[in-house]
Amino acid sequence: MLRTINMKNNAIQITVVLVALLLSVQTLTAQTLAVRGKTIYTMAGDPIEDGVVLIDGKRIQRVGSATQVTIPNGCRVLEANVVVPGLIDARATIGLTGYLNQAQDQDVLERSSPIQPELRALDAYNPRERLVEWARSFGVTTVHTGHAPGEVISGQTMIAKLTGNTVNDAVIKPTAMIACTLGEGAVKHEQKSPGTRSKAVAMLRSELLAAQAYLRKIERAEEAATDSPDGENAANGKDETADSEDGEGKKSPQKPDRNLRYEALGWVLKKEMPLLVTAHRAHDISVALRLAREFEIDIVLDGAAEAYLVADAITDAGVPVIVHPTMMRSHRGSTENASMETAAKLAALGIAMAMQSGYESYVPKTRIVLFEAGIAAAYGLGFDGALRACTIDAAKLLGIDQRVGSIEGGKDADLALYDGDPFEYTTHCTATIINGEVLHEGER
Amino acid sequence: MHHGWKRILGLAAAAWLTVPVGVALAGGLTVYKNARIIPIGAPEIESGVLVVRDGKIEAIGKTGEVPKPGDAEQIDLDGMTIMPGLICTHSHLGGGWGGDSSEPIQPACRIYDSINVRDSGLQKAQAGGLTTLNVMPGSGHLLSGQTIYIKLNDAKTIDGAAIRNDAGEIMGGMKMANGTNSQRQPPFPGTRAKSAALVRQRLIDAQAYQRKIEKAEAEDDADKMPERDLALEGLVEVLTGKRVVHFHTHRHDDILTTLRLSKEFGFKIVLHHISEGWKVADEIVAAKAPCSVIVIDSPGGKLEAAELLLKTGAVLEKAGALVAFHTDDPITDSRLFLRSAALAVRAGMSREKALEALTIAGAKMLELDGRIGSLAAGKDADFIVLDGDPLSVYTKVQQTFVEGKLVFDRSKPADRLFAVGGYGASDDHEPFSCCLEFGPGGPHH
Repeated sequence: MLRTINMKNNAIQITVVLVALLLSVQTLTAQTLAVRGKTIYTMAGDPIEDGVVLIDGKRIQRVGSATQVTIPNGCRVLEANVVVPGLIDARATIGLTGYLNQAQDQDVLERSSPIQPELRALDAYNPRERLVEWARSFGVTTVHTGHAPGEVISGQTMIAKLTGNTVNDAVIKPTAMIACTLGEGAVKHEQKSPGTRSKAVAMLRSELLAAQAYLRKIERAEEAATDSPDGENAANGKDETADSEDGEGKKSPQKPDRNLRYEALGWVLKKEMPLLVTAHRAHDISVALRLAREFEIDIVLDGAAEAYLVADAITDAGVPVIVHPTMMRSHRGSTENASMETAAKLAALGIAMAMQSGYESYVPKTRIVLFEAGIAAAYGLGFDGALRACTIDAAKLLGIDQRVGSIEGGKDADLALYDGDPFEYTTHCTATIINGEVLHEGER
Repeated sequence: MHHGWKRILGLAAAAWLTVPVGVALAGGLTVYKNARIIPIGAPEIESGVLVVRDGKIEAIGKTGEVPKPGDAEQIDLDGMTIMPGLICTHSHLGGGWGGDSSEPIQPACRIYDSINVRDSGLQKAQAGGLTTLNVMPGSGHLLSGQTIYIKLNDAKTIDGAAIRNDAGEIMGGMKMANGTNSQRQPPFPGTRAKSAALVRQRLIDAQAYQRKIEKAEAEDDADKMPERDLALEGLVEVLTGKRVVHFHTHRHDDILTTLRLSKEFGFKIVLHHISEGWKVADEIVAAKAPCSVIVIDSPGGKLEAAELLLKTGAVLEKAGALVAFHTDDPITDSRLFLRSAALAVRAGMSREKALEALTIAGAKMLELDGRIGSLAAGKDADFIVLDGDPLSVYTKVQQTFVEGKLVFDRSKPADRLFAVGGYGASDDHEPFSCCLEFGPGGPHH
C-alpha cells in the first residue's frame, strides 16, 4: 500500500516535471526568433509597414503590424528594411550541377540514351554543393531542381529546401516533374538519334504509347486479381512461367515486371505530375501543346523564349510557363528571339508564370532567380509581378503553396531579408531563414 | 565630307517624320540642356549643359554657366542623366576569330580581318550604352591574335568603325592567355610551365628579330634587313609598346606569371578577368598592372574561376589598382553592362570608381583616355542618356551617341527590339537602309 502510494507520488512528480519541461520547451521554441521589417511583403494581402513575423520552431506563428504583434521577451530579433517570403526558384539545376564544372560534379545530363525518365534527381542532389550556399545567400530558399534540358527526356526533377546535410533533410517533393526537351536542344548530330525534330517527337510518342500499354497491363492484371479469388498471386506475378488459367481454361493477365521507365512516364500519363517541357521556338511549343492534347497529360512549359508568338494557344491550353531566365543568352540558336519582356507579356495575359535560374553549362554556373526576377521587374513585369513570380506564384505552380511562398501563420518559416528593394542591384540580402533557422547573415 | 547633303536630307526628313526627343537636327552644333550630368573625373552636375560641335564636346558645365551658342539646336533633357559612352575593354562581338587550332601562338592573326560590323550584337551593345569596344579573339591560345579598338558608330565596314592613332594606323592590342583555356593537345601546351616557356621562347625570337631590324636600320644596310615575318612583327609591336597585351588570366598564380612575363620582356599589360585578383591585389598594384574585371553572377563554371567573387573590384580599388569592367560578351550581355558596376558597388566598391570602371579606366587601358571616357571639352562626343541613376536596375539607356551621332534611340521600335529582344533581334541587320542615309536626327536602320 505504502509502496503504491509512493509509486503514485513518483508518477505524479514525474508527470509534473514532464509537463513543466514540455511547457518550457514550447515556450522556448515559440520565442526563438522574430523578424521585424520596415516593410513586409507577405504575398497574402497588402504589404505590412513596420511589421513583425513571429517564428515558432520551423513554422511562422504569426505576422502582423508591430502594434498588434508583440515580440516576446528573450526572443532573438532580426531587423530589416524589407522582408519577403524565401525566394522560390521554379526551375534550377543546382545540387546536380556543381560549381567546378568537372565531370565529377556534373549530374544533370546522362547522355547514354535520349529518353530516361527513370533517373531520379533525389539520387544525385548534393545539398553541400557550394552553389546551394551561394543561391541561399541571396535569399533563395526553395528550388525546383533536377535534370537539365538537353535530352528528349533527361530525367526527373525534385523540390528541395536549400538547407540540410542530406537530401532527406532538404527534399519537399522527391519527384516533382519529368523533364523533357523539344527542339534544337534535344536534337543530336553525329548521326545519332534523334537527329531531327520529327524523330524526337516520334521517339517520345512511341515511349508514351509503350508506357500506356504498360499501365493497361497493370490495370488488367489488377482487375483480374480483384475478380478472381486466387487472382492475387497472378496479379503479383508470382508465376513467371505462364499465365495462370482459370476454371474455364481462359488466361488471366499477369502484372508486368516493374519497369522504372514506364512507371515514371506512367506518373505523367496518370496526371500524378506534369511533364516539364523545355521548348523555345514557337513551333516546338506547339508540339508540346499537341502532345498534351494527344496523351491528355498536364504539361508545364519551361523556357519558352518565343511564347509571345503563341500566347493565345498557351492561354487556351491553360498551360503554366516557367519563363526562361530574363538574362538568358540570346545569340544564334533556339533562344535567339528571346525577349526580356516575355514574363511581362505572359503575366499580362493571365498565364500562370514563375521565374527560374535555369541551366548553364559554363559561366555563370548558376544564375540567381532574384537577379532574373529583378530584370523582369524592370522590363515590364513590375515589382509586384516579379516578386510574385519568385514567391507565391512559383509555389502555386509547383503545388507547394500550402507550405511556402507567402508569409502566413502555419507556413514554413522561410524568409529573405534585404536592406532595400530586393531587386535593386546595390541592395544586400542581409539574412536568409529556412525552416526557422538563420542560414545566412551578412551583406550579400 | 557628306555633311551638306546629309543635312539637306535630314531637314527634308524633319518635314515628314516625328522627331523624337533628344535628337538634334542641326547636324554640326547641338546643346543638350537641363540634364543631370555625370562627367567622370569631375563632380556630378545636378542640372547641366553639354555643347556638342561636329562630333566633339565643345563645352560642359552647370546650367547658366555655359554659354549656349545661339544657332545651336537645343535639346531639353530635363529629368534625364547624361554620362560618357561606356567602354568595354574585352568583347567578342562581331563574330570574329583570331588564330586557328594549328598552333598556340599566332601574333600574325588580326581580328580586323574577320569581324562583321553588321552583327546584331553590335547593335545590342549600342542599346546597352557602349560606344567603344576592344574586340578580341578568344582565350583558347597562348596568343590568339591582334585585337581591334572600334567605335559603335554604325559604320558599314570595319575600316569605318576602327579607331586610328595620330599616324592614321588602326589601333588594337594583342590577346594572350594563360591557365587552362590554352592548354590542349600538342602543339598546344599541356601545363602552365610549358605555357610560359613557349611564350618566353617566342618573345626571345622576336627580340632577336627586332635587333636585326635595328642593326640594319642603324647601318642603313637594306641587305641586312630580315625578311618580313608577320608573327614576329606582331610580337615586336608588343615589345616596343605599340600594342598593349590584353592578358586573360584567372588564378592567382597565373596572374603572377603574367606579371613576371611582362616584367621580363617589358611589355605593357592589362590583366583581364582576374577571378582571383582579390588574392594578389598588392602584387598587382606593385606591378602597376591595370585590371579589367569580369563580374559574374556565381563562382565557378570552370576550375580557374572557382574562387571568383563579386568583391574583386572593391578589393582592387582599396589596394589602389586601376579597375575597369568588361562584358566578355557573350559571357555577359552588353545590354546590361551598367549592371557589372552596380554589382561591384553591392560588393563594396565606391560608386565613383565603379562608374570610372565603365568609362575612363577602360579608356586608359586602351590608351584612348585623351579622346574618350569622360565628358570634357575637346573630347569625342560619345555619351548616353539615361532615364535614371546608372546603378539602378530600373534605369534604361534611352539614347546612345557616338561622336555626336545618335546610334541608338529606345523610342524607335527598330532600336528597341535590340534593347529588349524579341523576334528578329538576333538577325544581323544592315545598319543602314539601302537608299537613304540620314545624318544625326534621321532614321538609321
